[in-house]
Amino acid sequence: MASAFVYAPAPESRAIVDIAPSYGLFIDGEFTEAADGKVFKTVSPSSEEVLSEIAQAGSEDVDRAVRAARKAFGTWSALPGSERAKYLFRIARIIQERSRELAVLETLDNGKPIKETRDADLPLVAAHFFYYAGWADKLDHAGFGANPRPLGVAGQVIPWNFPLLMLAWKIAPALATGNTVVLKPAETTPLSALFFADICRQAGLPRGVVNILPGYGDTGAALVAHPDVNKVAFTGSTAVGKEIARAVAGSHKKVTLELGGKGANIVFDDAPIDQAVEGIVNGIFFNQGQVCCAGSRLLVQESVQDELLDSLKRRLSTLRLGDPLDKNTDIGAINSAEQLSRITSLVAQGEAEGAERWSPACELPESGYWFAPTLFTNVTQAHTVARDEIFGPVLSVLTFRTPDEAVAKANNTPYGLSAGIWTEKGSRILAVANKLRAGVVWSNTFNKFDPTSPFGGYKESGFGREGGRHGLEGYLDV
Amino acid sequence: MSEKTEKTERLSVFKTYKLYIGGKFPRSESGRVYEVTTATSAADAAGKGKWLANAPLSSRKDARDAVVAARKAFGGWSGATAYNRGQILYRIAEMLEGRREQFVREVADAEGLSKSKAAAQVDAAIDRWVWYAGWTDKIAQVVGGGNPVAGPFFNLSSPEPTGVVAVLAPQESSFLGLVSVVAPVIATGNTAVVIASEKSPLPALSLGEVLATSDLPGGVVNILSGRTAEIAAPLAAHQDVNAIDLAGADDVLAKELEIAAADNLKRVLRPQPVDYATTPGTERMTAFLETKTVWHPTGSLGASGSSY
Repeated sequence: MASAFVYAPAPESRAIVDIAPSYGLFIDGEFTEAADGKVFKTVSPSSEEVLSEIAQAGSEDVDRAVRAARKAFGTWSALPGSERAKYLFRIARIIQERSRELAVLETLDNGKPIKETRDADLPLVAAHFFYYAGWADKLDHAGFGANPRPLGVAGQVIPWNFPLLMLAWKIAPALATGNTVVLKPAETTPLSALFFADICRQAGLPRGVVNILPGYGDTGAALVAHPDVNKVAFTGSTAVGKEIARAVAGSHKKVTLELGGKGANIVFDDAPIDQAVEGIVNGIFFNQGQVCCAGSRLLVQESVQDELLDSLKRRLSTLRLGDPLDKNTDIGAINSAEQLSRITSLVAQGEAEGAERWSPACELPESGYWFAPTLFTNVTQAHTVARDEIFGPVLSVLTFRTPDEAVAKANNTPYGLSAGIWTEKGSRILAVANKLRAGVVWSNTFNKFDPTSPFGGYKESGFGREGGRHGLEGYLDV
Repeated sequence: MSEKTEKTERLSVFKTYKLYIGGKFPRSESGRVYEVTTATSAADAAGKGKWLANAPLSSRKDARDAVVAARKAFGGWSGATAYNRGQILYRIAEMLEGRREQFVREVADAEGLSKSKAAAQVDAAIDRWVWYAGWTDKIAQVVGGGNPVAGPFFNLSSPEPTGVVAVLAPQESSFLGLVSVVAPVIATGNTAVVIASEKSPLPALSLGEVLATSDLPGGVVNILSGRTAEIAAPLAAHQDVNAIDLAGADDVLAKELEIAAADNLKRVLRPQPVDYATTPGTERMTAFLETKTVWHPTGSLGASGSSY
């Protein structure tokens, strides 16, 4: 289908952000080179342009950062909660002030559309700091008994799909409860975390309270394994999550893991189809499907399959893929060449196993990492595309006849992070939600996030909750 | 021009203190004012009073106008997200911080305090706004939640604001006390009609200027100065007021007002000794919250095509 509308380019200006040619590690309030002098480059996934050269933390740097965090812990944890709160409120406000700059930066470094960084990531980042700021002096009211104590130094490892938002989910509750942190951003998206270091400076945050160590998996492993870390928080793949669970075995480290998913989006025959189609699109194509809670399995009731798929395909044909800085772009770039090849190979496997592949006519830019929105139909539960987390813009469509079958299929996965239910009937929503083994269930909506709302997985999607009152527990000695 | 360069001190400009109703700054409709001096404050009762200002002496009609404004603002304010209300309360703290010196002066004059003691009061008042800014989106998780009823029902209790709250601000603590009683009322989505400290109304009237520039919708807080007993009586009896905080009433007045309040079963917070310097709990919020419990069937998993 030809595009109904032709849009003139509407690029957001990148002049608002000033990226330095190189960045150091942020340890004890100062930018510093790695002990062994190693650096790596971060590129813009939409153009493969090198954005900056980043110091790469090794185990010596991890040790230095943990020592700085330990030193800062005494004073920081002894501050009255109301004073810690005011630091976090300052950070929240500075993020709001600088949010357009950070949105453009995030889009450049991650490849996701400016529409998303501007309207979803950044508002949520600021809201998360604002929310946990308010808890810092109210911990006595949080349901963990009087005067709950922090754990100490938190080692935090975050992914590349929502770089600054995952930083906020980690750092805000850690600081509110009185911990100090050493955080490792992903190797493909280190920039927003380093800009956050500058925000800590502007907020006057005491040195050592937040330390940022860009690096690869080995940096994260060294941080997790460091004997003077009291808390490990990780968001990323289930495979690495399991490695971390093994690495901390026998220690006293408190652990929270937010891992992969294979979310089922269940559409019943009485669902409002147009609304469901929007939810399905949002569920799997938001952030190019590089979302742990993506609705990557569509379970549609057989009687409305044809109608729903027709609508869905029509809708996919109107999605605009291209320059992530363009304000009209719906689908941006895949974050890295490595991720693109993973998606490509899983999709090839899907075809080889006999699932039917479909994509709208979609021209891909010549440079950068791109993947067209893709549907698989005739998918069975045994297919790889129905079982493995693809972490890309690929939706597998399965059908069901009865609610029981829908529930059984939805739960037929080692994961348990998210699910969606589309029906007009309230009692059906609640009965199905009760049976789903998933940490977040959206009904007649999808991919909704709020700092007040706990988020996290069942089963191999990890354990612990981030957000809300529940999110405090992972950072308190309770 | 005279060749004599005798330096005369510049004559200052006095501020006309006005009421704060519906986001505007009217004079009392009665045209009345009363003299506020340092001598009217308890701290300086025996001393020679310095004239500070003429404050509006509000009438019962002013009180009714304020209730109309508060009611009008209630839908929007209670319907705003808790996050949005928190942002606005925090904005009030930001605006106050910028006018800290003014309030230190006014509180020192009003309560006969030294500069440093007055500054401590103002700092605590700013921090109190921050404290309640953080409560707006947390109180529901602390006082509400899912109820495990013995049946196939989803059952959720949530707090909701009760409506328009009349607040008799504390008589002695003209600013910290005032903030400590107003902030919890509006944090949860109520709107307020506030009677300032009778002897020391000026910090309260100046607070109106801060609220007006803090993105707080007009009518959410309305501030009246005058004789507490005169203004409180029509508010306690008003059929469109949902609750009353009697912090600023003595025992005799409090009893009278509580009796009047019974006519439409207003929620009443009785006067009690409070040390406004210490961090409050949740009681000033919960006093003006309703609890709403929603039931919904969850159906049951059964054979194909079953009721769920």
